[in-house]
Amino acid sequence: MNSAFPSNRASALGFLATLALGLAILFGAPHVLDTFGLVQCTGFAALAMFGLSQGFVWGFAGVMSFGQAAFLGLGGYAYAVSVINMGDSSIPVLLSILVPMAFAGLLGYFMFYGRISDAYIGVITLTVSVILFQLVNATSGSQYRIGAAELGGFNGIPAIPALNAPGRPDEPLDLEGVWYAAMGALILVYAFLRAVLAARLGRVIVAIRENETRAQLIGYDPRLYKLIAFMLAAGVAGLAGCLYANWGGFISPTVFALPMSAQVIIYVLVGGLGTLVGPMLGAVLIQALIIAAGSQNLIDSNLGLGLVLVGFVLLVPQGLLPVARGAALRLVERVRAPRPAKAADTLVTESAR
Amino acid sequence: MDLVGLLAFNVLTGIATLILITLGLGVIYGMMRIINLAHGEFMMLGAYTAVMATGAGVNIWIAMLVLPPLVVGLIGLILERTVIRFLYGRMMDTMLATWGISLGLIGLVTTLYGNVVRGVSTPVGSFDIGRYGASLYSLVILVTALSALAAMFLLLRFTKFGLILRATMQNPRMAAALGVQPSRIYMATFALGAALAGLAGGVLAPISGVSPAMGAAYIARAFITVLGGGPAIITGTGLASTLFGSINELVSFKTTPVIGDVALLTAAILLIRVLPQGITGRYLRRSL
Amino acid sequence: MTSPGASLRPLIAARGVTMRFGGVTAVADVDFTLGEVELRCLIGPNGAGKSTFFKILTGQLKPSEGRIRLRDTDITGAEPHAIARLGVGIKTQVPNVFNGLTVHENVFVAAGRRKSAARTRAIVEETLTRLSLTGIAGRIVGQLAHGQRQWVEIATVLAQEPELILLDEPAAGMTHDEVHRTAELIREINRTHALIVVEHDMPFIRMIAKTVTVFNQGRILVEDTVDKVLADPRVRDVYLGKQAA
Repeated sequence: MNSAFPSNRASALGFLATLALGLAILFGAPHVLDTFGLVQCTGFAALAMFGLSQGFVWGFAGVMSFGQAAFLGLGGYAYAVSVINMGDSSIPVLLSILVPMAFAGLLGYFMFYGRISDAYIGVITLTVSVILFQLVNATSGSQYRIGAAELGGFNGIPAIPALNAPGRPDEPLDLEGVWYAAMGALILVYAFLRAVLAARLGRVIVAIRENETRAQLIGYDPRLYKLIAFMLAAGVAGLAGCLYANWGGFISPTVFALPMSAQVIIYVLVGGLGTLVGPMLGAVLIQALIIAAGSQNLIDSNLGLGLVLVGFVLLVPQGLLPVARGAALRLVERVRAPRPAKAADTLVTESAR
Repeated sequence: MDLVGLLAFNVLTGIATLILITLGLGVIYGMMRIINLAHGEFMMLGAYTAVMATGAGVNIWIAMLVLPPLVVGLIGLILERTVIRFLYGRMMDTMLATWGISLGLIGLVTTLYGNVVRGVSTPVGSFDIGRYGASLYSLVILVTALSALAAMFLLLRFTKFGLILRATMQNPRMAAALGVQPSRIYMATFALGAALAGLAGGVLAPISGVSPAMGAAYIARAFITVLGGGPAIITGTGLASTLFGSINELVSFKTTPVIGDVALLTAAILLIRVLPQGITGRYLRRSL
Repeated sequence: MTSPGASLRPLIAARGVTMRFGGVTAVADVDFTLGEVELRCLIGPNGAGKSTFFKILTGQLKPSEGRIRLRDTDITGAEPHAIARLGVGIKTQVPNVFNGLTVHENVFVAAGRRKSAARTRAIVEETLTRLSLTGIAGRIVGQLAHGQRQWVEIATVLAQEPELILLDEPAAGMTHDEVHRTAELIREINRTHALIVVEHDMPFIRMIAKTVTVFNQGRILVEDTVDKVLADPRVRDVYLGKQAA
């Protein structure tokens, strides 16, 4: 069994391998894929970042946030509204991170300093995302506008200007440019979260998840650290929202809706709770599944997804990545040291996995 | 004066609707601490039962009040046996599994009946409150809600089954030592909760558009009402529904239904902040 | 090694501490003082209120009435993390350790708050050696035997470099040898630190105790040297169920 701190040599190797893979995909994709494929992958990148946010706040901080869609939506809408008003995309990108973080700060303070228990945090965050959905969905009509941007109600906001290089608002990025921005941002966010987890802040956050009482008795205020983790995750989700808006040039209230929150939890569950790579993997897999499901007529996509989710919970509760990793490790062990296992050895190694 | 009468009537209807929506979920959560995210879909199945039965010529009252609880109760039973019972004690996993079931049910119904919005016409007409017309059907909802609440109370308080239910929930091992099979009780409870959800769906079918995804509109407020109500099923559901239902109707009246919904949800969140165990976590703790 | 009441300014001074849970009074009007570098044992039958009183000292419970001071600071109703920061190390009745982390990591997290990396490493080394945990430093704590987990918890407490150490049933679930070693450890710690130990294990109490406070029905029945207390017939009655008036 491995420590909950991802801080040993094997994991550093894993990090570098993932980075290398990410960079390979970043630069390789435009050469290998056609335009359509590239656009799809941009979407994957945005949703993978969304997955990272859920994976971080749930898997590492132990906060059962069921409404990360709220922050995805706030980020996407913040970007859309501000870029329509400002023209240049630099500040809108910043706002897509800061607005959700501010909201998370308030909501998090309300929840964590109010000592609301775990399960209730799930329902409250879910409810908040539903509230946002209701509110934004009802903004049809030209009187609902922020500056020059009409909110558009259930129709959403179309024709969102794409990202541009800082200071050059007249040169929005083309499809390939948006890919580089999205995938590049994903790699940076992944590295950032890894760095946070390796630093003292991350260790305290994980320790609090491991045993909140002991962390308290050491002198750490769990409320503060959960709040910080919650806000960081919200910022990541917000940035994902900005990328999401760039992906189709469009955003609508469905980004706040229940299915969005459900999807990201499924990403984490399928990919592996307690890892960073897992949620990204899960996002790509599930999205690919959704697209495949939508394009065939054999089985309704909701039905398929539902079956996958139930199947996973019943059969593979820890998710794909831990299972794959466990299998890979066992394979490596067997290849490296093929010797007859002594009874005492088996007793020790067969302990809780 | 008429306006007050109308408003009061609307408030009562709103409370009753909330009671109906919440009761089934409250039974399952209150008794088994299971967060059933497929609750909205159970309601949807009840609504579809009502629609299909009426379409097939069945008497509307039977189609709305009798068939849905039976059908959805049975479906709940099957789901409990095939999925839920493997996940007791694993709260996260039950949430996720019921979420999967919810998606699956939406998908199944879409496959069978398509994504069309259907409806059933209300079986009764309207009456007058002074100058305003009010729907008699709201009285049907009122009566059904109160009857369901009363029936649950009587069941839990005065029947042997109710006693066994309460005992098993409080101490399953002791109950098992006394010869009760907890797994049977869990099965029955889940089926009961599903049946109540089905009833809610059936009764609400005439006044809502019946479509595969209709459940989503109910799940958030049902949950937040259950949590706001607290551990006591009957009193908690009753009190929380009264509080939130009133807020919902009054705010809707003054502004728009959307704002009214938002007000309900927000009020519930604030209540949970102040009373983290729900209303009956602090007051009337020993009630049913 | 001061006797109770002899220090000019006590380390802990609790006055009129009362704890009510609904209709039950778990702790009733308790006055309690602890001197610098003093070792005090709290004993009493089950339900006597000693663990409740302990939880009030650690901030895990907020008393219904009364005041508690740690030197000059009023810590009544303070958050546990705030009390910990004032230099109080706490070992709880049910071991609270980071089950998913290794022994080394447990001690590291405990040692590392507001300290440089170098200092932290030094403290971790020192603490692991002191508690003979170096051999199992790489093991995941959740997989250790109960006695070992108790020691890991004690290690995390010591690694904080506290001034006052509160131990709730440190000998619970330990083997005979482990109990002896724990007693030795506590005596060693007491040379420089004050300790409050809640315990049931009488032989263990005899190994470490100097002054003992006996709780009964939420009040302090008697407070005296260990020999006098254990010879007191009232104490025996209380343990045998015959209530002293």
